[in-house]
Amino acid sequence: MVMAAVQTGRYHRSYKSELRLWNTTPQITRMIILAIVLVLIPLVFDNYWMALFNTALIASIGAIGLNILVGFTGQISLGQGGFLAVGAFTSAILTDRMGVPVFFSILGAVLLTAAVGMIFGLPALRLKGLYLAIATLASQMVIIFIVRRWEFLTEGQGFVDVMRLEVFGFSITRANFEQQWYMILLVITIIAAFIATNIFRTGVGRSFMAVRDQDIAASAIGVNLTRAKITAFGVSNGFVGLAGALMAHYTEIVSWERFTLDISIQYLAMIIVGGLGSVAGSIYGATFITLLPVLTRMAADELGGVAPALRQQLPAFEHAIFGLTIIVFLIFEPKGLNRIWERIKEYFRYWPFRY
Amino acid sequence: MSQFLVLLIYGLSEGGILALAALGFVLIYKATGVINFAQGEFLLIGAYTFYAAFVLFQLPVVVALLIGVVVAVIVGVLVERLILRPMVGQSHISIIMVTIGLAAVLSSIVQMFFGTQPRSMPNLFPTAAVPVLEGTVPANRLWVLAVAAVVLTLLTLFFQKSKHGIAMRSVADDEQAAMTVGISVRRIFTMSWGLAAVSALVAGVLLADLTTVEMGIVNFGLMVFPVVILGGLDSVPGTIVGGLTIGLITQFTSGYFDPGLAEIVPYIVLVLILLVRPYGIFGEKRIERV
Repeated sequence: MVMAAVQTGRYHRSYKSELRLWNTTPQITRMIILAIVLVLIPLVFDNYWMALFNTALIASIGAIGLNILVGFTGQISLGQGGFLAVGAFTSAILTDRMGVPVFFSILGAVLLTAAVGMIFGLPALRLKGLYLAIATLASQMVIIFIVRRWEFLTEGQGFVDVMRLEVFGFSITRANFEQQWYMILLVITIIAAFIATNIFRTGVGRSFMAVRDQDIAASAIGVNLTRAKITAFGVSNGFVGLAGALMAHYTEIVSWERFTLDISIQYLAMIIVGGLGSVAGSIYGATFITLLPVLTRMAADELGGVAPALRQQLPAFEHAIFGLTIIVFLIFEPKGLNRIWERIKEYFRYWPFRY
Repeated sequence: MSQFLVLLIYGLSEGGILALAALGFVLIYKATGVINFAQGEFLLIGAYTFYAAFVLFQLPVVVALLIGVVVAVIVGVLVERLILRPMVGQSHISIIMVTIGLAAVLSSIVQMFFGTQPRSMPNLFPTAAVPVLEGTVPANRLWVLAVAAVVLTLLTLFFQKSKHGIAMRSVADDEQAAMTVGISVRRIFTMSWGLAAVSALVAGVLLADLTTVEMGIVNFGLMVFPVVILGGLDSVPGTIVGGLTIGLITQFTSGYFDPGLAEIVPYIVLVLILLVRPYGIFGEKRIERV
């Protein structure tokens, strides 16, 4: 009898197999292929594209952080830019002026940003929806104001110069700057994604999701709302602080212009486009939004012959495409790129049946 | 004393404009539950349409204003129909994000047409210094204050007396009950977006008259949030009081302390209010049920 063997579900014979992140052969194959592709990337692309990928990797870590708060815990935050600034300035000042080894300065940035996030998360205990959005908008404005005005941070220059990265005796060389950074960032991003995925397999992570889905019901079944919300702000901003610190060391200059409200909005766009409440989605979204202006520019160049106005109006055009992307995703695919990818996988899994 | 008076007039005129901008925001929020982050962009579109009609096409003020109103209503209605209607029933986060996306699109459209250079507009009101008590203030500030007061009064009367205004309030109160007495909720949704755009137009034109026509008008739109929190999101008088208060606080801080600090003082006030009264000073507390 010849019949297509269709998987009817995933069955486990031991607890150990249930705890595995990847079970099936296709999943493991996909991961191996992905790993090979990721390692091959620096051999194929030139420095320009490597710089973009590096930016996307840093953004991925920041987006994972924001997604923990917004997508998994349901607490909207417009203060991402401010928290990135906290991470960036902390790590830059610790290494440059106080001579702390990079590893510890980044760790310090993570901890401090988490602490600051918890303080600014306090209003979330009483506020929801719009009120919380505006309170976090206020935290963005206040943090950036402090960063601009506090002379100690930049010693009056308006920016901080950061030394070239040096960890455990290994230092980045000028010739292979982008490639070496790529490997470092790739490893850190994978670790961050791994940690974030596993957070949501623990009790704490589940309590975040309970708060998101229905906070009153969550507190009725014994979730400590105060603790869950504050922890979510802390954990989320830990990741954001890591992204900020890496940004500081990678770009080697820190100034407040990189952390404005526009950045907060960009990060929100990343998690909307990628998929709220999905770690993989954060990475897709971060990559997509980072590459979007580049793709827009390429499109404008291509169309330049037909419509020269496009090339002249490039900044406005890029901004318009950015806004349209958010709107189109929200109206047509509110669950983002992650859902699209899942649908593709499902299509092939059930083929030739529809479902 | 004279500096106090000048700052008072400056604060009140700016507060009047803020109240107008915030009223549009509150209108949309009350009727449709949408948090509109594109309010600043509505101001921008209003100011630039008026500028185009008045300066570029050399039309008389009244005609330019009418064109401004028509464009504002069209934009408001289109936005509601095309973007917000498909989003009905989505989460807060999605609705906030869709208006943020909208803000990006609207401001870049304006930028495509007019570029980023500030444009100057001939003054609508006389700017001569007027003696008030011991000090002097520019006349246009007083004019702006007067116009804002008139428009705000008209809008308040509209909500209190007119059939449509009462219908809008009833929808804000309880959509289903409004529907059962035969009010078209959809039409009210559309109408509130149109009306909000018009009130933003007036605010945009007044602001442009005090300063210049430029992209920076958008930032003024962000100040709407402290105003609506202060005023509570669901009361018209609250919004007016909120607007005037924020205007005064900003001007006094900038006059007596530090202009840079003035930009964030409204937000500090906002956080303090939220810590003490999470629903604003005039807002009513909602009881939540699971």
